[in-house]
Amino acid sequence: MTTLYISCDSAAVALGADRVAAAVVREAGQRGLDIQVRRNGSRGLFWLEPMVEVVTDKGRLAYGPVQVKDVPTLFDAGFIEGGNHPLALGLTEELPYFKKQQRLTFARIGITDPVSLDDYVAHEGYRGLKNALAMSGADIVKHVTDSGLRGRGGAAFPTGIKWNTVLNTPSEQKYILCNADEGDSGTFSDRMVMEGDPYVLIEGMTIAGIAVGATQGYIYLRVEYPHAHRALNEAIARAYKAGYLGDNIQGSGKTFNLEVRLGAGAYICGEETSLMESLEGKRGLVRFKPPLPAVSGLFGKPTIVNNVISLASVPIILDKGGDYYRDFGMGRSRGTLPLQLAGNIKHPGLVEVAFGLTLRELLYDFGGGSATGRPIKAVQVGGPLGAYLPESQFDTPLDYEAFAAIWAVLGHGGIVAFDDTVDMAQMARYSMEFCKIESCGKCTPCRIGSTRGMEVITDIMEGRDLNKNVPLLRDLCNTLLNGSLCALGGMTPYPVLSALNHFPEDFGITGQADAA
Amino acid sequence: MTDSGTIQTTVQEIITNLKGLPGALLPILHGIQDKLGYIPAECVSDIARELDLSRAEVHGVISFYHYFRDTPPGRKTIHLCRAESCQAMGAQVLEEHIKGRLGIDYHQTTADGAFSLEPVYCLGLCACSPSMQIDEEVYGRVTSESFDAIIKETEASA
Repeated sequence: MTTLYISCDSAAVALGADRVAAAVVREAGQRGLDIQVRRNGSRGLFWLEPMVEVVTDKGRLAYGPVQVKDVPTLFDAGFIEGGNHPLALGLTEELPYFKKQQRLTFARIGITDPVSLDDYVAHEGYRGLKNALAMSGADIVKHVTDSGLRGRGGAAFPTGIKWNTVLNTPSEQKYILCNADEGDSGTFSDRMVMEGDPYVLIEGMTIAGIAVGATQGYIYLRVEYPHAHRALNEAIARAYKAGYLGDNIQGSGKTFNLEVRLGAGAYICGEETSLMESLEGKRGLVRFKPPLPAVSGLFGKPTIVNNVISLASVPIILDKGGDYYRDFGMGRSRGTLPLQLAGNIKHPGLVEVAFGLTLRELLYDFGGGSATGRPIKAVQVGGPLGAYLPESQFDTPLDYEAFAAIWAVLGHGGIVAFDDTVDMAQMARYSMEFCKIESCGKCTPCRIGSTRGMEVITDIMEGRDLNKNVPLLRDLCNTLLNGSLCALGGMTPYPVLSALNHFPEDFGITGQADAA
Repeated sequence: MTDSGTIQTTVQEIITNLKGLPGALLPILHGIQDKLGYIPAECVSDIARELDLSRAEVHGVISFYHYFRDTPPGRKTIHLCRAESCQAMGAQVLEEHIKGRLGIDYHQTTADGAFSLEPVYCLGLCACSPSMQIDEEVYGRVTSESFDAIIKETEASA
C-alpha cells in the first residue's frame, strides 16, 4: 500500500486540495490500486500547492501544483512508484526553498497528521512538557529567558521577562492567553501552526501555565480562521482524553484547562488589552498600561498574553534547552522567525530562518521576484502598520533592531510585495481607511483623524493645494504618532509617511518644496 | 421563516447554556448568529436581562464587531478580502467585477436572496491572493472568471 500526503491547510484547500484528494482516491479505486491518502499541514511552498507527496523508501517525493485534471496523467506516469511527470519535483526535503530553512517551530508541519497525537509524540512532541513537569516554575522561566525568545506577535518583548512577572505576582487565579487574532495582511504563520500542528501550541500553553501557576488558558482565535478552529477543538479534545490537559496532567497533579474563544472581526482585538476586553464580553476598547496584563490582566488577574508562534516555540526550548534556541540568530534577535512571503511574489510561502537574512535575499533567493515578472516597487513588512520599503532598503537584515533603525517594522514577519503597477498614494489612503474601519474609538486622533487623513490624501491625489495639504498630512501623522494609546493610531503613520517619503511621485509631488 | 416565538425560545436556550461561561456575551452572540444567521434586535433585551447588562451595553457589543449582523444574510455570504496582500494581486479589479456581477455593494444582499457581500480584512490566505470565503468554503487566486464559475456552481448546487 502506498501512502500519499495531500495538505488540508486552508490555503491548499483554497487552491483545490480537497478536490484533488477526492480525485486521487477515485482514480486509484478505478485502477484497483491500493493507496492511502493522509491529510497533513502544508510544507508552506504555496506556489506548488496543491502538492501531492508520495511516500517511498527514499523519502517523500513531491508533485505539484496538482489540479484535478492532472490526476489521470499522474497515475498513467506511475507516480505512486515515483514515476516521472511534468509536475514531479523530486524529494520534498531536497527542494532548495525548503532545504535552506531552519525549521524549529515548524519542524513537524507538513510531516504529521495535525490532529494525530500519536504522530505528535512520535515526532518529539510533549518532550518539552515532560521536562517542564520535573522543573520548578522559576527554572522553566529561566530556560525561556535564556533562549532570548521575544514576542513573535510583533512587539518583540522578551518573553521570559513577561513570564517572570506573572510568576512573581501572587494570585489565586492566573491566565495564559494565546493571541491567535492574526489580523495583519500578509501573515499566516499562526494559521499554519494551528491548522498544521495544533499540539505544539497546546503544549506551549500548558508549559506556560505550569511555569507561572496559571490553571486556565484561552486561545483567542479570529473568526476568519474556521479551519484552525476545527483543528484546535479536535486536538484539545484528544489532549484532554489522553491526560495532556485537565486535572492531573500526565499524573503530575497539575491542572491546566484550555478552550478556544472566537473573535468577531475586529482587528483591534489583536492588541492585547483590547483582546482581554473582548474575552470579558465587552467592546474591544484599548486599556491604559500600567497596569500591565502580567500584573492585572484578564478579569484583573495576572495574565500572560503571547502570540501563537511565541508559545509554539516554547516546547522546543524546554526540550533542547534555552541555549539551543539562542544559538540561532544575530544581535538581540535570537532564534528563528517564520517569515511569510505574500502578495505579488512568484514563490509565496513560509520561510523559517534564523534572524539575519536580508529582505533582498528573501524576496529573490526564496521569492523569485514578483509573480507578474514586473519589478518589485515596494514591500510592506510587518503588516498594515508597517512601513513600505523601497528597493534602496532591500539590503536591511530581517532583524528587529535593524528594521527599527530605518523606521520600519519586522513585526510578525509578514512580507507583502507590490510590483510597479501599485499606486502608493492609494495604499497610503487605504492605511487611513483601515484605521478608520478598525478604530476602537477611544482616542480622537485615531477615531477622527483617520477619516480626515483619507480626505487629505484624496485632496493631494486630486492635486488640490499640495503646499497646504502635504504639511497638513505630516502634521496629522505627528498627532497620530504621539497622541494614540495603541499602535493602531500610533503606527498608521508608518505606512503613510513611508509611502509619502519614498514615492512622492505617486502623490503628484514633483519638486523638493512640495514634499516638505 | 422562524417566527418570533421560535426565535425567542432558540435564543433563550443558547443564553441558558452559555451564560455561566466567564465573559459569556461573545460566545452567546456567536451561538445565536450560528443558529439564526444573524442577531435579531428583539433578543437584545433577553440577553441584557440574563447577563445583568443594559440593553445599550449589549447593543454596543453587537455593533462594535464587524462579524455580527442584525439582519438576515443571503443564503450564502461572500467574504471578499480587501487587505494589502490581496490588493497587491488585483483585489480592487476583482471587487469591481463582483459588485457588478451581483449588482450589490458591500453589506447588501442580492434581490433574490442568494448572496450577501461582506468585506473581510485577511483570511490568512495571503500566499494565494486574492482570496475569498463563501460561508465555510475558501478560495484562492480568484479571478473574475473563476469567481463567475464559482457562483455558477454555487447557484447550481443550491
